[in-house]
Amino acid sequence: MSLLTLPKPDEAILARRDEIVRQLKKLVPDAPLIADQEGRRTYETDALTAYRCMPLAVVLPSSTEEVSKILRYCHDNKIKVVPRGAGTSLCGGALPLEDAIVLGISRMTRVLGIDETNRCARVEAGITNISITAAAAVHGFFYAPDPSSQLACTLAGNIAMNSGGAHCLKYGVTTNNLLALRVVLMNGDIVDIGGDYLDAPGYDFLGLITGSEGQFGVVTEATVRLLKSPEGARPMLIGFDSSEAAGACVAGIIAAGIIPMAIEFMDRPAIHVCENFAGAGYPLDVEALLIVEVAGSDDEIEILLENLTDIAERYSPRTIRVSRSAEESAAIWKGRKAAFGAMGQISDYYCMDGVIPLSRLPEALHRIGAICKSYRFRVANIFHAGDGNLHPLILYNANDRAELERAELCGAEILKLCVELGGCLTGEHGVGIEKRELMRVQFSAADLAQQMRVKTAFDPDWLLNPAKVFPLEGRERQ
Amino acid sequence: MTGNLRLGFHAPPSSGEIADLLAEAAHAKIPVEVRGRGSKHEVGRLVQTGSVVSTERLSGISLYEPTELVLSAAAGTPLAEIEGLLAERGQQLAFEPVDLGPVLGSPPGQASIGGVFATNLAGSRRILAGAARDHLLGVHCVNGWGESFKSGGRVMKNVTGYDLCKAVAGSWGTLAVMTEVTMKVLPQPAETRTLLCFGLPDPTAVEAMCLCLGTPFEVSGTLHVQAPLAARLSHPGIAGAGAAVTAIRVESFPSSVRYRIGRLKDRLAAYSLSLELDTDQSRVFWEEIRTLRMFAGSDRPLWRISTAPSRAAKLVAIIARTLDVRAVYDWSGGLIWLDTTLTSDAGAVEIRRAIAEFGGHATLIRAERATRASLDVFQPLDLALASLTAKLKAAFDPAGILNPGRMYPGI
Repeated sequence: MSLLTLPKPDEAILARRDEIVRQLKKLVPDAPLIADQEGRRTYETDALTAYRCMPLAVVLPSSTEEVSKILRYCHDNKIKVVPRGAGTSLCGGALPLEDAIVLGISRMTRVLGIDETNRCARVEAGITNISITAAAAVHGFFYAPDPSSQLACTLAGNIAMNSGGAHCLKYGVTTNNLLALRVVLMNGDIVDIGGDYLDAPGYDFLGLITGSEGQFGVVTEATVRLLKSPEGARPMLIGFDSSEAAGACVAGIIAAGIIPMAIEFMDRPAIHVCENFAGAGYPLDVEALLIVEVAGSDDEIEILLENLTDIAERYSPRTIRVSRSAEESAAIWKGRKAAFGAMGQISDYYCMDGVIPLSRLPEALHRIGAICKSYRFRVANIFHAGDGNLHPLILYNANDRAELERAELCGAEILKLCVELGGCLTGEHGVGIEKRELMRVQFSAADLAQQMRVKTAFDPDWLLNPAKVFPLEGRERQ
Repeated sequence: MTGNLRLGFHAPPSSGEIADLLAEAAHAKIPVEVRGRGSKHEVGRLVQTGSVVSTERLSGISLYEPTELVLSAAAGTPLAEIEGLLAERGQQLAFEPVDLGPVLGSPPGQASIGGVFATNLAGSRRILAGAARDHLLGVHCVNGWGESFKSGGRVMKNVTGYDLCKAVAGSWGTLAVMTEVTMKVLPQPAETRTLLCFGLPDPTAVEAMCLCLGTPFEVSGTLHVQAPLAARLSHPGIAGAGAAVTAIRVESFPSSVRYRIGRLKDRLAAYSLSLELDTDQSRVFWEEIRTLRMFAGSDRPLWRISTAPSRAAKLVAIIARTLDVRAVYDWSGGLIWLDTTLTSDAGAVEIRRAIAEFGGHATLIRAERATRASLDVFQPLDLALASLTAKLKAAFDPAGILNPGRMYPGI
């Protein structure tokens, strides 16, 4: 463990481990229960692999009723619970605790109904993001949020973190695409919010629970909005000699009244790694590359791409290349979507997720470069430029503990910079354990106190996904 | 100051003074009515307070970055001022906020931006662009302790901490007083066209509207107005048709609108299309819808019902068996505006019974004070949601001083 610490486990709970396992087995006899050392090891971390912790036990229910029984039992016995989807969190959102059970809902994967008329799908929340679109595609629809981990990540995890993706510039993030939730509260109560219609009645619990990082309840079912797939979509590549020019071009596109499906940005190091990996045909002689994608009919796409070309010309691009075939488009996206994997092949990296106002992009990139240099790290930038959501990747050696600690310090400085420039600590990955201690940089004590009161309203004993989101010290006071 | 607080109308000129006032109210346990500019003052259950705290003097746009699609304004800033500034730069609030002024007996354009978000009332474009709450990026508020807090920010993507913007949006001033709001703005489309069909029965109209929304053409308005209400619209071709009108809106750049309208006409061939509104005509037509011109100048009780489009026509038909009602279907039927004859309960029994059968929720938007005092204005919640609602209220306003009872008894 490096910089971040976990609270001291409750010895009394640890001592009761065998009994707790027995009770859970009795309570939900049909749910797989993992209590052995090897089995639990599978669940000791998520995609923030620097942190590991063996949970008390892992239970994998397959129904809302089973989830309710488990939570009620844990509530009555003051046992902490860490909910888990697919474990793809980049911020340690699913990191277990020694004195907590992990409640995984990855077995709840059924599609319960696709409603073409009302354009929605009802699904169990353990379904993977991509499977929703796969089920809807038969009817010509898709589910819009598309995080990079969409092959593996669950809808439940997307809801917990309010995940985005490359196309949220046009279609919004998870919270904008939900109609209903079935949620089990820590005391076992089952609450249904919303339906197959827009705007649930009363307070917006749908919006409040989305992005609550698994701390308000366990979502077991959801109704999501489906959209009709566009007739076609095509990306173009625009390369620049400087990130300043690329940033100005993004602002120029938006000022012209065009909201593309996606505007993705890569800097030189990222371009080279992705091109090596995917052979996407990215230009290698540029400092910054934009992937801009538009959708519509062939004619509409042509016109939009012509307009975008005209706009881009004003910012002295080094190259402009419009995709001319489905294969070319696929290759362009393959490079972008594989970026994190490709980067992982050349180095360990620490992925940041800060957001900045777009007008500060050149300054932000310049200062991020300087910060990384001062910590003696290389950095690659790949991000969603349309909404200012940066993903600087700090390249370091994970096997060197000192480097890990240095990378965390470097990352923290980058996130502080994002807040200083008018942005925020995290755009789509969440706070989790990773950014917990930085919350005071963005929020005042009163801001955090109000959030913590809401947490207490849902979970008075703070048993659900504890030790995350809020600075530990403040949490204990609460 | 306590003497002042007990009775009267307070419109402090700064958020700090609003916080002071509410801290004092919390301390003395004096409930206050929370108001923006008062345009929706006559909606909701009656609030029993001697004092009003208004944000109308918190006015002004503090940030507008057209290339970042973001605008911040003090909560009392008139919506009209914000929309005026946006229009100068070819932008707009894409959720097309509904203006309840005219149906409540006041002129249009009086709403404050804080009130727009506090009531989360989106208009026809909600089907494409989302609700008001989807465009609220950040808030500064004062809670029921009189403490100032913020949530969200000014950037498009933000998952840092809980999304308290969502809690506050649509809470009708019962959780906190918003003092500043930051919102996402979007480009105005260059061109708008509206296809009109006349005389479709409600179920057929819903079918046609759903058909349009099931296309990739980004239809931004699907509306069906029953005949007696269509007669109240200003376009002579509509008002004089003597029939129900069904409207389909497409917005984009000119050649795209031409293409999409063409494709939609092919799809709608079976539904007797008969008129097409150009950009200017469309603007007038949808502005009349946004201000609910069909229901203005009347005192018939007005309901706002949210349900699934596929059940909308049946729901209205069931209600119409026992009540004299007139309906407008927006959002392909997902949103129904419905007025009824004046009765002691505004038709609440029949409407709530139909909602229970068909699913959805209903809010009584316009009714006599005596009527609103005696029945549920907002959709009653089931036990689990009611319990959560009470807990959330207590997390923001434990003494219950902010708009007590406006939405639900005891909240």
